[in-house]
Amino acid sequence: MAEIHSAADIAYVRREMLPEQEAPGSSRGVVAWFRESLFSSIPYTILTLFCLYLLWVIVPPILSFLIGSAVWTGTDRAVCATEAQGGIQPNGWFGACWAYVGDYANQFIYGRYPNVEQWRVNIVGVLFFGGLAGLLIPSVPYKRENIIFLSIVFPIAALILLTGGDIAVDGLYIPLAVLAVLALVVTYAFAKLSDSDPLPGLKNVAALFIGLFVLLFILGFDFGLMHVETEMWGGLLVTLVIAVTGIAASLPVGIALALGRRSALPIVRFFSIVFIEFWRGVPLITVLFMSSVMLPLFLPEGVSFDKLLRALIGVALFSSAYMAEVVRGGLQALPKGQYEGAMALGLNWGQMMRMIILPQALKLVIPGIVNTFIGLFKDTTLVLIIGLFDFLGQIQSSYSDPTWASPVQAMTGYAFAAIMYWVFCFSMSRYSMFMERKLDTGHKR
Amino acid sequence: MKKLMLTSALGAAALVVTGAAASAATLDDVKAKGFVQCGVSQGLPGFSNPDADGNWSGLDVDLCRGIAAAIFGDGDAVKFTPLSAKERFTALQSGEIDVLSRNTTWTMSRDTQLGLNFAGVNYYDGQGFMIRTSMEINSALELSGASICTNTGTTTELNVADYFRANNMDYELVAFEKADEVVAAYDAGRCDVYTTDASGLYAQRLKLTDPGEHKVLPEIISKEPLGPVVRQGDDQWFNIVKWVHIATVNAEELGITMDNVDEMMAGDNPSVKRLLGSEGEFGAAIGLDNDWAAKVIKAVGNYGEIFDRNVGPDTPLGIARGVNALWTKGGLMYGPPIR
Amino acid sequence: MAVTDATGNGSGESAPKVALLNNPEIRGWVFQIILAILVVYLAYTGWANMNANLRAAGIASGWGFLGTNAGFAISQSLIEYSQASSTYGRVYIVGLLNTLAVAFVGIIFATIIGFIVGVARLSKNWLVSRLATVYVETLRNIPLLLQIFIWYFGVLRLLPQPRQGFDFGPLGLLNNRGYFAPKPVWGEGGIFIVYAFIAACVIAWGVGRWAHKRQMATGQIFPSFLFGLGVIVLLPLATFLALGAPLTWDIPEMGGFRPSGGMTIIPEYIAMLVALSTYTASFIAEIVRAGILAVNRGQTEAASALGLRNGPTLRLVIIPQALRIIIPPLTSQYLNLTKNSSLAVAIAYPELTSVFAGTALNQTGQAVEIISLTMLTYLTISLVTSLFMNWYNNRVALVER
Repeated sequence: MAEIHSAADIAYVRREMLPEQEAPGSSRGVVAWFRESLFSSIPYTILTLFCLYLLWVIVPPILSFLIGSAVWTGTDRAVCATEAQGGIQPNGWFGACWAYVGDYANQFIYGRYPNVEQWRVNIVGVLFFGGLAGLLIPSVPYKRENIIFLSIVFPIAALILLTGGDIAVDGLYIPLAVLAVLALVVTYAFAKLSDSDPLPGLKNVAALFIGLFVLLFILGFDFGLMHVETEMWGGLLVTLVIAVTGIAASLPVGIALALGRRSALPIVRFFSIVFIEFWRGVPLITVLFMSSVMLPLFLPEGVSFDKLLRALIGVALFSSAYMAEVVRGGLQALPKGQYEGAMALGLNWGQMMRMIILPQALKLVIPGIVNTFIGLFKDTTLVLIIGLFDFLGQIQSSYSDPTWASPVQAMTGYAFAAIMYWVFCFSMSRYSMFMERKLDTGHKR
Repeated sequence: MKKLMLTSALGAAALVVTGAAASAATLDDVKAKGFVQCGVSQGLPGFSNPDADGNWSGLDVDLCRGIAAAIFGDGDAVKFTPLSAKERFTALQSGEIDVLSRNTTWTMSRDTQLGLNFAGVNYYDGQGFMIRTSMEINSALELSGASICTNTGTTTELNVADYFRANNMDYELVAFEKADEVVAAYDAGRCDVYTTDASGLYAQRLKLTDPGEHKVLPEIISKEPLGPVVRQGDDQWFNIVKWVHIATVNAEELGITMDNVDEMMAGDNPSVKRLLGSEGEFGAAIGLDNDWAAKVIKAVGNYGEIFDRNVGPDTPLGIARGVNALWTKGGLMYGPPIR
Repeated sequence: MAVTDATGNGSGESAPKVALLNNPEIRGWVFQIILAILVVYLAYTGWANMNANLRAAGIASGWGFLGTNAGFAISQSLIEYSQASSTYGRVYIVGLLNTLAVAFVGIIFATIIGFIVGVARLSKNWLVSRLATVYVETLRNIPLLLQIFIWYFGVLRLLPQPRQGFDFGPLGLLNNRGYFAPKPVWGEGGIFIVYAFIAACVIAWGVGRWAHKRQMATGQIFPSFLFGLGVIVLLPLATFLALGAPLTWDIPEMGGFRPSGGMTIIPEYIAMLVALSTYTASFIAEIVRAGILAVNRGQTEAASALGLRNGPTLRLVIIPQALRIIIPPLTSQYLNLTKNSSLAVAIAYPELTSVFAGTALNQTGQAVEIISLTMLTYLTISLVTSLFMNWYNNRVALVER
């Protein structure tokens, strides 16, 4: 500025560039970084010092509790209690009792699932995490086969392995047969009324019902496995069963609801909106109360659900409303041109959704689905209030064991739970962010 | 994709119907499925408590085992459903369980308004207070102004209200949903007093950091007859549950124990013979074999044995027989005669 | 399921002539009528089953219980409640008010903490931004229920027994029975101070509007914020002094078991409040950060080109624009906080779910009535909050020209 000013006065203009100067010493190196990012002004310095003080107050006690003073081995409460409390630690000692967690690790994972049968849970775990890893890592091939595995083979296998199979389904064959005949008739009549070839529709329906009959047969088949009631399930097993079933059930229902909410048909739209807003407007715990004390009253006399199944129904209804909103977000994010293009090609509504809209929309909402899953995973802790033993519930119930009763037992248990939940949720949220970045590229508008 | 969804949805629908079907004749259902489904607590030492392997034991559990033994001759033909205080009646009403044996207090409103029947009393209890020994309090009447921890969903909440009102005392009530949290809060010092059934106090005291620092006050402020509950409208099943308990009481009175059942059966005492089924047709009247009571005693023993094994003076709970002694020994346990 | 079913049947090959069912409108109606019949049938079956079950089991039903005496005590009540004479209807109101008490205060705290942490995450101070990140990533990846337990039992263990409790003299007492604060007792004419406060608010609002209009018209600035603050503080204060300071404090004193007198803030409330507000704040922080980042950098540059200093830039340029992005997700966080307050049932804070859907349900056994009423209440709170926030959102929304 000054140069231009002076140029006008004395008619002198610099002809050549000045030699490049060294960068000022104060803006490079470690010292400069400290100055720039920590002590750049007086308020910043105060803030930095305050933060340092905060760290000094918070971090050392936590580390001391979790690691420094912690007890890693032992057989009973004596190692985790001070002398005054009847233990061996010096008075004033305060540390985590990891020995207790180690002693209970099996129960925290499997609940009271019989020890000799735990291999079944392990197989289910391997199948699930194996299939999931294949699905989640983008570079692994055979995605389609993997989806079929996870959505058909795995649920049936898991159900049979976990419960022991041999489910009483004999009474269902006849109703299903009646239903099959009815469906075939309706399909045929529908095709005739709409002047189209009934054959493909009939084939589809027939295939569906044959599949169902096979499913019933498998469920009713006695594999010779011991029956393990869901009351014996607990710990991480129950947490994962609830979260995974909740999300798996909510996906189709959520998609249907999202489509319903954006439908042009007023009655469909009305029901979808009422359903979604109702479940989104109430707390999960009241839903669980409802499913545990109210649902049995709505069933015909003589029909009753398993307690875990009731909680699952509540969780699925609740999360499908949230899932519907996630999917709706994806549907809305698609440009209108996609819809118009599909219609211009002469596709009907079903074809348009199946082949054009949903594949794109669902891909867009993968991060949203993962986030819903994280939320659901955290929310499964609520089932302990209705008396199911999920991971946290199992930890809490272990507090009543006099073998390990000590003042640090509860703190240790909660700390362990917090660390485990954190690891699960944090890694899932990182995955969701990774997918978000990855998917972002194709959809810049 | 679409077809997959439909399949899985229908699959889920099919699962739904796998629940047990309960109809008017509970005994037939039980025989058909091969076991008794019994509602118990979520863990109350001495009454119904699972060990680390998931095996249940306790006074209430033994009653269920007795019922199973009476029907099948096998005390293990029983499955347990842990229930919270809130769920217990709905679970019975809806047919999820066949009998509720979960330290449940017999009150008029429960007996008459909930569609349930109480089939007897297997433990006479009363509500008491537990405090820290260091508080130097010896009577519940000194508790004015105290903070009191208890469970919601039980009669204890109302009893404590009545007691403090009747004695013109003030208090703060902190009511939790689950017993474990009540214990934790009391242990953490949130409350001066922990109140529940006296038997529960002894049981929960074991869970405290230092059980020796706590004591149960002498006052019992309520009548809490605890007993098994069945659905209304099935008299046969009601009778079975009722008489299984009575059989254990009569067996104690007649001196029949788990070990000497067979000897006694061969003996001459007509009362013993009627009870054990070597005389008369009493089993048939409730739809069971005539030696039903003998099976019960073989499986779980007489009432005295059940009591001593689970809550008696030699167990960690260390509860004296007190009012739960036989009527011949000054207690309230009195079994109607079998004839 | 129903949706896919219909499309499965309806994916007929395109027919050359239009049959009745190929008319999309008719097809739509056929489908909708089937759906409606199905829904009504399901609802009816459920209803009929329920009635049959209730009758068969001889369970009482109806709303009569709301008028009967509850007979149990509640540890915190904002209105007069006595276990001797209050009804279940009263229990419902006490529970609802307690829910609102923790939700309302929680929302305020969560918003403040959330904004601070959100802005801190964008700070150029490395330490500050890292700390804020750690805060957010830790709290939102741990289940709220677990955090409530940790806070509750943590708070209980940290606070001393009543007899060894902290005594802040006139500021009250703190121990593991809660915080016992002095309670203001208004004397004669105390109500006039409330009137004065309302009047001051009206005046401040009026002056603010006038100042805004004048600035729009003439460009002259009037310090309406300072003026409003002054009126709101000074007018009630003047009234208070003019009435001869009609206020005494009921200071709590240590009693046999716990302090008596004053106002009690029970530990359950403190734990709920801390857990709810810190947890929700971690979500709000992310929303705030995203909102600020979404405001185009050019806006800041343009503002400084206009000669605005940092403060006015933030206040007049950045925040109004960021708010438009922040408010919709913020609304849902507020709703989440309100709904999450129902977790208090786990630590005996006597809110709606705890005393009404908990204790009252257990005492009366009328599950259907009580659970329905509880759910409807939350639904109403949710809908009212969203309506209000939608209205506010519309007000601040960008008016496209």
